[in-house]
Amino acid sequence: MPEETHSPWEYAPAPESRAIANLQPSYRMFVDGEFVDGAGEPLKSVNPATEETLAEVSSAAASDVDNAVRAARKAFDRTWGKMPGSERAKYLFRIARLIQERGRELAVLETLDNGKPIKESRDADIPTAAAHFFHHAGWADKLSYAGYGPDPRPVGVAGQVIPWNFPLLMLAWKIAPALACGNTVVLKPAETTPLTALVFAEICQQAGLPPGVVNILPGAGDVGAELVGHAGVDKVAFTGSTEVGKQIQRTLAGSGKKLTLELGGKAANVVFDDAPLDQAVEGIVNGIFFNQGHVCCAGSRLLVQESVAEELLDKLRSRIATLRVGDPLDKNTDVGAVNSAEQLERITALSATGDAEGASRWTSPCPLPEKGFFFSPTVFSDVQQSMRIAREEIFGPVLSVLTFRTPDEAVAKANNTPYGLSAGIWTEKGSRILWAAQKMRAGVVWANTFNRFDPTAPFGGYQESGFGREGGRAGLEAYLDV
Amino acid sequence: MANPPPTTPSVTSSPGLPAELAEATKDDSTLRRFLHGLPGVDQVGLEQRAAGLATRSIKKAAKLWAIDTAIGMVDLTTLEGADTEGKVRALCAKGRNPDPDRPGAPRVAAICVYPDLAAVAVEALRGSGVGVASVATAFPSGRSSRQVKLADVELAVSAGATEVDMVIDRGAFLSGRYGQVFDEIQAVKAACGDAHLKVILETGELATYDNVRRASWLALLAGGDFIKTSTGKVSPAATLPVTHLMLQAVRDWRDHTGELRGVKPAGGIRNTKDAIRYLVAVHEVAGPEWLTPELFRFGASSLLNDLLMQRRTQLDGHYSGPDYVAVD
Repeated sequence: MPEETHSPWEYAPAPESRAIANLQPSYRMFVDGEFVDGAGEPLKSVNPATEETLAEVSSAAASDVDNAVRAARKAFDRTWGKMPGSERAKYLFRIARLIQERGRELAVLETLDNGKPIKESRDADIPTAAAHFFHHAGWADKLSYAGYGPDPRPVGVAGQVIPWNFPLLMLAWKIAPALACGNTVVLKPAETTPLTALVFAEICQQAGLPPGVVNILPGAGDVGAELVGHAGVDKVAFTGSTEVGKQIQRTLAGSGKKLTLELGGKAANVVFDDAPLDQAVEGIVNGIFFNQGHVCCAGSRLLVQESVAEELLDKLRSRIATLRVGDPLDKNTDVGAVNSAEQLERITALSATGDAEGASRWTSPCPLPEKGFFFSPTVFSDVQQSMRIAREEIFGPVLSVLTFRTPDEAVAKANNTPYGLSAGIWTEKGSRILWAAQKMRAGVVWANTFNRFDPTAPFGGYQESGFGREGGRAGLEAYLDV
Repeated sequence: MANPPPTTPSVTSSPGLPAELAEATKDDSTLRRFLHGLPGVDQVGLEQRAAGLATRSIKKAAKLWAIDTAIGMVDLTTLEGADTEGKVRALCAKGRNPDPDRPGAPRVAAICVYPDLAAVAVEALRGSGVGVASVATAFPSGRSSRQVKLADVELAVSAGATEVDMVIDRGAFLSGRYGQVFDEIQAVKAACGDAHLKVILETGELATYDNVRRASWLALLAGGDFIKTSTGKVSPAATLPVTHLMLQAVRDWRDHTGELRGVKPAGGIRNTKDAIRYLVAVHEVAGPEWLTPELFRFGASSLLNDLLMQRRTQLDGHYSGPDYVAVD
């Protein structure tokens, strides 16, 4: 196979200016239309690519949660919940346009705070976030045609907790449908990535959104627990780890509150022997190395038919060797920084179990920056279904490769997981796509592509990947009293 | 299934090939099975990859290196009915010394002309190191008898052309007569003698990416030294996705046989920005060893001047405009 490639010329660094992010030394939480100091211990938001502290962020305490929920309730009762859908739509459209207008600023800020490559925050995260607001703005005055009865009512106050992998996009997935349906929200962004959510709060002000409709409370898990357990919350939406999802479900059991959970995944990306191999390679790369593999629906388990396994793996390794890992603000960068030191440790530890259990590790020869939290793109082959790296979500740029002989075996192995968020099928045969897609127990099944997101397509899981759907018509149900 | 091909298989296998590839060229039906057994091409995925790679940033020293590399890969071309000896001589002068004010500018790889003008080019380029490429085989349509096509090749080769650009019979290819196409390429290759053979697939007429992949392999199996996208007479001519696909084909060929074969996109590549996008594809799809005129060429007439202008911009620190380079 091709030896390590050595570039005869270096791509010139093309860093986006960090000045565009308008980074402030400190950020405050957003309650009842105002930026206020939180009663919690302030958080420090760190740039994972350089380990420097970006800003100090005030954090919420129990009293703040209480205030925010009360503000949301007041806004629901007095303004937002009674407002005609056509009026709510105007606010949502305004927010969507403001996200577009401030797109570069948001993209750079997201990249600084999260560590993801600028080309992803600029070309995927921010445009898709705007698209979610546009899409749901369209629904706001058409809810009676959504199939949930002639006059579906909002639920009330939604408590929402989101993860650090797509900070602004996950916010959009949660807030856009909630507002479109007439709910008010209290949202807790992840501890390590609160900045774009607080700029979003500014956008809410800019859009003239009535006070209390959107409240943003930065904080750690304890604030999240306080929020989801708060008596004044009518609906809880959570995206994050399965473990926390289970705790939330226990907390809410018997309370009558609505709950949706979008949790972990260990998606199978299945390559049949008649697949378009070169594009499958691209899809595998996109499936597991997009956003450093910090994607709950990442294609982290590659299932390849034995007859093409060797050829595909050769192609895959030479392709991965060309991935450029480094400064996330550089537009040439394909893989950025892991979001935190803790996550890097977890990826390192789980990968070590792969070695210990006898899988063969291959690591991309690409150079890594000296500072920051980086992990080289890694492929484990000779992985067996019983190994931890085939069963547990690694949430990093680590691919586990398994093989199969027959289509039935592929489906059996693909479904042999406690999760079920997504799956991929690669074959040139249309009938096989339909056959396999019907048998896969996963919320979304991609054929000859991977990691495509659209606000019109419902997204959600099976089994330990959670329940409820976000996006599309189905996603409205979570925020309507039906 | 398509109907069996009407021609009698007369394919002879090439001697140096690995067993499974030699087996594939045994007769018309094994050839068909082999070509149709190649992995399919997903259009959406291929085009996405090509678009994604086009955003790499090449600047300053790297850009100058890329520009010089691209100049050295140009097959400076004139293929008009109105071509004259004077036009060809002017082009040859330009090719051997593209920017007399900046003596460091590399010469181009070759001058590409019709066979009846090959002798003029050979004479004008003597001692320059610039090759003479000649399109032959009833270029650009390829619609003539085998005899006429081979005579065309002999005309070019006997005039001293160092490279022959042949067109495949797209009619035969599209009607599934792969053996006939294979045969013809082999016959032309034999008629080329020492001259290098570039096989023009005319990808715009092959219509699907699957066909482009099959035609690429067919040309490689039959012994083509280069696979070339287009005659420049059909739209679309060279595109980035098609070139990606052909680069994958030569990379896969290298993995199967250890041999390095070349790729030449032709037609429609007019500016430095585009040329650099192609070089990025060469670098990342096939590999850095393809970044040489031995293995990658641009078939172009107007690209050279833009490269020269951008080269001056890099060297002088400012842009001077089209009147500072010769229009030949």
